[in-house]
Amino acid sequence: MIVNESESLIINVNNIEHKISVKPNETLLDVLRLKLGIKSVKAACWSGDCGICTVLIDGKPMKSCLVLSHEIRNKSIMTVEGLLEDELFQKLQNSFVKNGAIQCGFCTSAFLLVGYYLIKNKRNLDLLSIKKGINGIICRCTGYKQIIDSIYELK
Amino acid sequence: MGKYVGESIIRKDALEKVNGTATYAFDIDNIPNLLIGKFLTSPYAHAHIRSIDISKAEKINGVVAIVTGKDWPVRIGLYAGDRDILAVDKVVWAGQPVVAISAESYEIAEKALEQIQIEYEPLPAIIDPVKAKLSNDILVHEKLGEYEHSPAFNPIPGTNIANHFKLRKGNIEKGFKESDKIIENTFTMPQVAHAYLEPIVAIGHYKRDGKIEIWSSAQSPFTVRYLMGITFAIPTSNVTVHAPYLGGGFGGKAGLNYEPLAVLLSKNSNYRPVKLQLTREENFRSAPIRVGMVAKIKTGVKDNGRIIAEEIEYIWDSGACADYAVNVGRAGGYVSIGPYEIDNIKSDSYTLYTNKPYATAFRGFGHMELHWAIERQRDIIAKNLGMDPIALRKINTLKAGKSYTANQHRLRKDAGNVDECLEKVWNDLKTHFKGKIGDKPWLFRGIGVSCFMKGPAQPPNSASSAYVKFNEDGGIFVSVGTSEMGQGTITSLAQIAAEELSIPIEKVYIKGERDTDRDAYTWQTVGSRSLFMDGNAVRNACIDAKHQIFEIASQVLHTPPYDLVLENESIYPKGEPWKNLNLVDVIMGYMFTSGEAIGGPIMGHGTYIAKMTMLDAETGAGNPAIFETFGSQGVEVEINVLTGEIKIKRLISAFDIGKAINPQLCESQILGGSIMALSLGLNEKLQYDEKGHLLNPNFVDYVLTRADDLPDEFEFFLVENPQLDAPFGARGIGELTMLGVPAAIGNAIANAINVEIYDTPITSERIWYEIKKQRPELLKLKEEFLQED
Repeated sequence: MIVNESESLIINVNNIEHKISVKPNETLLDVLRLKLGIKSVKAACWSGDCGICTVLIDGKPMKSCLVLSHEIRNKSIMTVEGLLEDELFQKLQNSFVKNGAIQCGFCTSAFLLVGYYLIKNKRNLDLLSIKKGINGIICRCTGYKQIIDSIYELK
Repeated sequence: MGKYVGESIIRKDALEKVNGTATYAFDIDNIPNLLIGKFLTSPYAHAHIRSIDISKAEKINGVVAIVTGKDWPVRIGLYAGDRDILAVDKVVWAGQPVVAISAESYEIAEKALEQIQIEYEPLPAIIDPVKAKLSNDILVHEKLGEYEHSPAFNPIPGTNIANHFKLRKGNIEKGFKESDKIIENTFTMPQVAHAYLEPIVAIGHYKRDGKIEIWSSAQSPFTVRYLMGITFAIPTSNVTVHAPYLGGGFGGKAGLNYEPLAVLLSKNSNYRPVKLQLTREENFRSAPIRVGMVAKIKTGVKDNGRIIAEEIEYIWDSGACADYAVNVGRAGGYVSIGPYEIDNIKSDSYTLYTNKPYATAFRGFGHMELHWAIERQRDIIAKNLGMDPIALRKINTLKAGKSYTANQHRLRKDAGNVDECLEKVWNDLKTHFKGKIGDKPWLFRGIGVSCFMKGPAQPPNSASSAYVKFNEDGGIFVSVGTSEMGQGTITSLAQIAAEELSIPIEKVYIKGERDTDRDAYTWQTVGSRSLFMDGNAVRNACIDAKHQIFEIASQVLHTPPYDLVLENESIYPKGEPWKNLNLVDVIMGYMFTSGEAIGGPIMGHGTYIAKMTMLDAETGAGNPAIFETFGSQGVEVEINVLTGEIKIKRLISAFDIGKAINPQLCESQILGGSIMALSLGLNEKLQYDEKGHLLNPNFVDYVLTRADDLPDEFEFFLVENPQLDAPFGARGIGELTMLGVPAAIGNAIANAINVEIYDTPITSERIWYEIKKQRPELLKLKEEFLQED
């Protein structure tokens, strides 16, 4: 069967090129967590419902469990690990810390990445558009408010 | 008070979590020779296992072990041993693991599972807990009488009753006879899922030397350790449990879950470690859930509003196993009437077996469910008497020094004050309430409140410990047993240590990961007990360390230890701060200029044990909890009577927590807990078909509140009546933040449109249906409005 045939692929993750061998049915989520050991990317449903596995693909937030690895050929992937030196990202991290937007931390990476995307790309960011922007990600601990406030503070 | 207690210090785990480096059991895959575990579950809710054929699966390359229930037929459980590791002889819920495999990869394990043939003989299943209580022919556990259980519980063999808890006070018949009005209602809450994001993960390693090592997403690693020793008949000390950061728990990871299966697989896999990680669907079907509740309440009341008699039957739907949920029924039983004082009580709390996924602890431990019933009932009583619901409550609330629930044990004098919480919430709601808004006559607004109480449900000998170890730089490492699952306790505990030892908070190190070999013991991380129990242990450990420091310093300063002060990292005689000794010169042992040295590295140790009693089997009398936190919550709702659509406009909370050690962490708990309760109250329900199959095992069909659903406004009040035996006066808050929300919504709906809701979730569909039943005229409001135009 075709799914057993691995192919070689060059992908760019956090500005580093990796040559990896992937099966056609392998998801980006599995490549990142299992092949590259990037553990800031979490998962909770493996079917696109919870948004916890969100990463930035060419700067846009995408659920990595829904992306097949061959779809990311020639694309650039960003996770929390790749943004730790980014000034805006650091400001957002500080805002999360200061506002108490973190509890168990399992969803934190996903919200940071979407928050970073919203601040960078959306003009006239208001509370409503932040709510809409993060609506695809589930948080069971915080009740969202402090996450929304943290992003809003940096608009 | 102090420098650190009462301050919103940033979380000790914050940086690890924003940097993506916090490690969860989910992330651990670097253990040498690690195998992947998977299991096959029963498609039937109730069936005999006729045969299991593993011959094809065994031959698949890469399959290491295949185990069935008969390989280790030990029944496991916390308070009652009623759960097979893998089903033996018969299955009791759809989703119960029957066969498990370890393999070199996930793909191989999945492929092998497909090759396993199991033949079942289906049996009639009991799905409804009320029917389960009456059933003598369909039994979930025929052998209930043979099961071991803690003496605190009372299972009834030959029935589906896993526990019957009785609460008795006064004379119930006399109470009803003397009542001016008797009001009877039935309220329900369905089974729900914890929906923590990190799924259940258990890595088990049974080693050749007879030791067991476990990495688990466990809330209570020490309880896992203890029960694993019993399960595999080895000494407790041979078991090591690592519990890294938890991606949420909410009670769902409190007991013993998949650790025994992972270890059993490892034992049969040439002693190689095995990682078992549940998918989301498996987590819904095979991992523990929260009980459902049916509450029948009959209340006798005087015309002046005094409640004089209450008869209650609670039925807790615990699903197929009740190893932990027997205690939900017990706790629900002794708090039966909520935060009130009533002279005549008869309450029976039954934990029932049904053929559904099994229940465990859930944030609130039965108290959100029971307060849904009690607090709806209080508003309905007030309506019947034509009284203000706030006034009715105040006549009946439990006051300090008065008889506690149904027994003669008196509520501490320094306990919290529910009336104060109620007033704060009600005044805030009333002040902001504008009544009807806008020109659409089909939109109605209303306000409602509820009151509640809860203490930690734990055994009377539940204990905590802590040690505090000084490092060369004067920093301290604090070891506790309580797990960090998001609630933030480790930060509050660090603040307690910094305050007691008067050292900078930055110099207090405390880890979120637990290791049962190295960390101080605690019973479990449940019941909002950690801040109080482990907080007292940390404080005692610091006091012990301080004594050791003063012993050394007294010899240097020629001052008796009791005359010394430790402040800002220096030690000096009271009143003479200039005669100081640097703390850093003492904590590893003090060396005189001659080179002679005294003392040694400082390590303080502290313990704390619950002060409670057993409860009388016939009446429930005794002291059930070390503290009760009281609170009140209220909402303003807007209802569209044409569609049943409900919007929560404002959500107000007040809790008497004694002392806010970290106000921001309190706020976080309040926001998170009240939104979780909103989600449970408005959306959440595990939906089964008539044969017991779960119909919504995913995050699309099982609806959780998202950012877009938040109320417009939040407000909260922290009432601080300190408890004298609590660390700096503080009581627990974690679970309390949920308890009043559903009932407040129900009461606000009644206030808005005079329609009574008896069941949750309060979906728009349910509201519309109840409007149609109770006030059908409301559905015509739009037509009338348009005709008027």
